[in-house]
Amino acid sequence: MLQSPRFLLALWTGKAAIWLNRRIGHGGTSFPGTVSRKLAPSLLTALARQLPQGSLFVTGTNGKTTTSKMIAAIAAGASIPVTHNRAGANLIGGITTAFIDSASALGQLRGRLGIIEVDEATVPQLVQEVQPRVVIVTNFFRDQLDRFGELDKTVQLVSDALGKLPKKSVVLLNADDPLVAHLGRFFPGKVIYYGMDDRHCGSATMQQSAETRFCRACGHPLTYDWYYFGQLGHYRCTNCNLVRPQPSIVVRQIELRGEQGSRFTVETPEQRFDLTLSTPGFYNIYNALAAVALAVQLKLPAQAIEKGLQGYRTNFGRMEQLPLPDNKKAFLALIKNPTGCDEVIRTVAQPTGTKRLLVIINDNAADGRDISWLWDADFEALIPALPLIKQVQTAGLRGEDMALRLQYAGIPAEQLTYQSDIAQAIAGAIKDTQPGETLYILPTYTALLAVKTALTKLGYSPNYWEE
Amino acid sequence: MSNTTRPLTLLHLYPDLLNLYGDRGNIITLRQRCQWRNIPLTVQTASLGDTVDFGPVDIVFIGGGSDREQTLLFTDFQKYKGPALVEAAENDLPLLSVCGGYQLLGRYYRAHTGEEMPGLGLFDAWTEAGPTRLIGNVVAEAPVLGPDVTLVGFENHSGRTFLGTKDIRPLAHVRSGYGNNGDDRQEGAVYRHAVGTYLHGPVLPKNPALADWLIRHALIRRYGDDHLPALPDRWEMAAHQSIIRRFSQSG
Ligand SMILES: [Zn+2]
Repeated sequence: MLQSPRFLLALWTGKAAIWLNRRIGHGGTSFPGTVSRKLAPSLLTALARQLPQGSLFVTGTNGKTTTSKMIAAIAAGASIPVTHNRAGANLIGGITTAFIDSASALGQLRGRLGIIEVDEATVPQLVQEVQPRVVIVTNFFRDQLDRFGELDKTVQLVSDALGKLPKKSVVLLNADDPLVAHLGRFFPGKVIYYGMDDRHCGSATMQQSAETRFCRACGHPLTYDWYYFGQLGHYRCTNCNLVRPQPSIVVRQIELRGEQGSRFTVETPEQRFDLTLSTPGFYNIYNALAAVALAVQLKLPAQAIEKGLQGYRTNFGRMEQLPLPDNKKAFLALIKNPTGCDEVIRTVAQPTGTKRLLVIINDNAADGRDISWLWDADFEALIPALPLIKQVQTAGLRGEDMALRLQYAGIPAEQLTYQSDIAQAIAGAIKDTQPGETLYILPTYTALLAVKTALTKLGYSPNYWEE
Repeated sequence: MSNTTRPLTLLHLYPDLLNLYGDRGNIITLRQRCQWRNIPLTVQTASLGDTVDFGPVDIVFIGGGSDREQTLLFTDFQKYKGPALVEAAENDLPLLSVCGGYQLLGRYYRAHTGEEMPGLGLFDAWTEAGPTRLIGNVVAEAPVLGPDVTLVGFENHSGRTFLGTKDIRPLAHVRSGYGNNGDDRQEGAVYRHAVGTYLHGPVLPKNPALADWLIRHALIRRYGDDHLPALPDRWEMAAHQSIIRRFSQSG
C-alpha cells in the first residue's frame, strides 16, 4: 500500500516518540499517538482500515482490560495476529499509539484483528474513526465521576454512539446489567446478549454499590430473583413488563475454587463446553464470559477458547501474587471504584491465615480527583477478619482520608498508621510481613504505577510485568 | 443528665435514589460519632410512596442524585414528605441536605430551557442551570459553626445557587473552590438548623464540627441538653488538614 508523505511523517514521528518513551522507561502512553494525530488526523482511520478481520471494541466500567487481554489470548491460541492497546491506554491518543506501534515503517499493519479497549467517553469519537465489527459493553458503574459528570451521561454517550454504528456491526451486551441491557432497545442492528445463569452464585440482597434499582423504561423499582453484584442479576419490572433479555451465550454451573480460580460451563447456540480459569475473583468469570462472547462472534473454535483462557494470567495489579522470598506472600490488587473494591475486600477478608493490609489512595486525574467512592465501598466487610489482620497501613496523597474511612468502618484509630511516601510504605510493609503471612497491597491507578516502580527498585519485579 | 441514655433517630430520605458521591459516609459518620458517646442512634429510611411522621425524627439527611433520579422523586417529595418536612424544620429540626437535596429545598430550579421547577421553599434560595460543571476541592470558612472552623470537601454541580435575604445565611465563605455559584464566594445555606451544601467527599467525616453541630442541636431539641463529650478526631483532622495544605489558596 502506498502511503502519503504526510501519513508517513506522522507515523515516523509517532514511532520515534514510542522509541523515546521506551528509552526513558515509560510504558505505552498516549503521547506518541497524540502527536501523530496532530500531523495526520486520519492516521488511525487509515491504519484500522487495513485490518482484514476488523476491530472489536471492549467498553464498560469494569473488566475492559481483562476482557481485552482474554480475547487477545484466545486469538493468539487461534494464531490470529492482533493489534491491541494492551498497555491499557484507552483514550484516543493511547489507542492511536498502539496502532502506530503495530505498523511497519511503511505503514503496513502487522495485526489482522483489532482488539481495542475503549474508555466509555471515547466510544463516540472512536466509532467515527474506526468502524468496529463488534462492540461489547460489560457493565456500568460510577468510576471517576468527576471526569464524566454523572453515570447517566456516560450511558447516554455510549447509547448515542451505538446508534451511529454501521448496520453490519454487532453489539454484545451484558444481559445481567439492566443499565447495559437497556442499550439494546436503541440499537437497530444485531444485538447479542450474554449472561450468567447460576442461582448459587447469586445473593438475595443488593450491595451498596448498585447504581440503580429502577427500571430504565418506566422508573418503577425492579424485582430481582437474585443479585450477582451491584445491580447485576436476574431482574424484571412488574410495572411495564421489561425483562432481562434471554442471553444466547450463557455461563452455568460455576464452581468457585478460591485463590485457584474457577470452573464453569459455557453454552452457546452451537455448543456447550467446560472452562477452567486460573484467575481468581467472581468478576473474572464475567470477563471470561465476555471474551467467550467475542470469540463466538469471530467463530473461533472451542479449543482455541479453552487454550487461551487456561493460559491466561492476571494483569498487573489485578489481584496478582508477587514473588517474595522467605515464604512471605503478597497480593497486589488495583482498586478504583466501589464494585471492584468490594470484590477485593471480599478476598482480603477470607479467613486464611494472618495478614497485613496496605491501602494506597491517590487523587491524580487518572485516579479520579474525587475519592468519595471510598465511602460507598464496603470496608466494613473487613471487620470480621480483624483478629487475623495484624497491621493496617495507608499511604498516598489521600492516605489520611483512607485511614479515616477505615476508622469509621470500625478499625480502632490507634491501629491505623499512615505513611505519605509510597516507596517507603511498600518497603516497610514487606519488611514487617513475617514468613507465612500475607500482605495485601491495594493501590489506586497512579498509586499502582508508583508501587510498580518501588517494587522494581526493591528487586521484586518479574519480567512479565513489562508485557 | 448525661448519665441517662439519650437515644436519637436519624431519617435518611430517598437513600435508594439520592446516593451519589459517598452520601452513605454521612450516615456512617453520624452513627459512629453518636455510638462513641453512648448515644443510641436509630437510622430510618423513607423512599417513594412512604409517608413520614417527623415527630420521632431528630435529624434528617437528604443527599444528591443524578438528574434522572431527582426527576423520579420530585412529585413524591412535593406530595408525601415535603410539607411535613418544612414544618418540622421550621420547628428547628436539624437537617443536612447535599447537592441535589439542597436544590430541592430552595424556592425553584430554573433549567436551561427557562422552565422553572418549584422547590419546597424551606431555604430562601434559588438555583439556575449553569453552562459548565463546577468541580473540585473546596476550602471554606464557617464561623456559623464556631470560631476558626473550616470546612473542606469536593464539589461537582452545574446548578448555580443564590441566597435571598429572608433569615438565611451562607454556611461558609469560600477560600478556594466555587461554592454556591462561583461568584459571591458563598457556600451552602443555613436556615434555623437546616443546612444545605454542595460539599460532598462526603462532607461529614472530614468536618466533625458540622457533624457535631447537627447532633448537638438534635440533643438540645429533644432533651434540652447539649452535653457532647469531645472526641480525639485524630484522623478526621489529619484528613481535613491535608486538604487545607494542598488546596487552600490563602491561610
Ligand atoms: Zn418498567
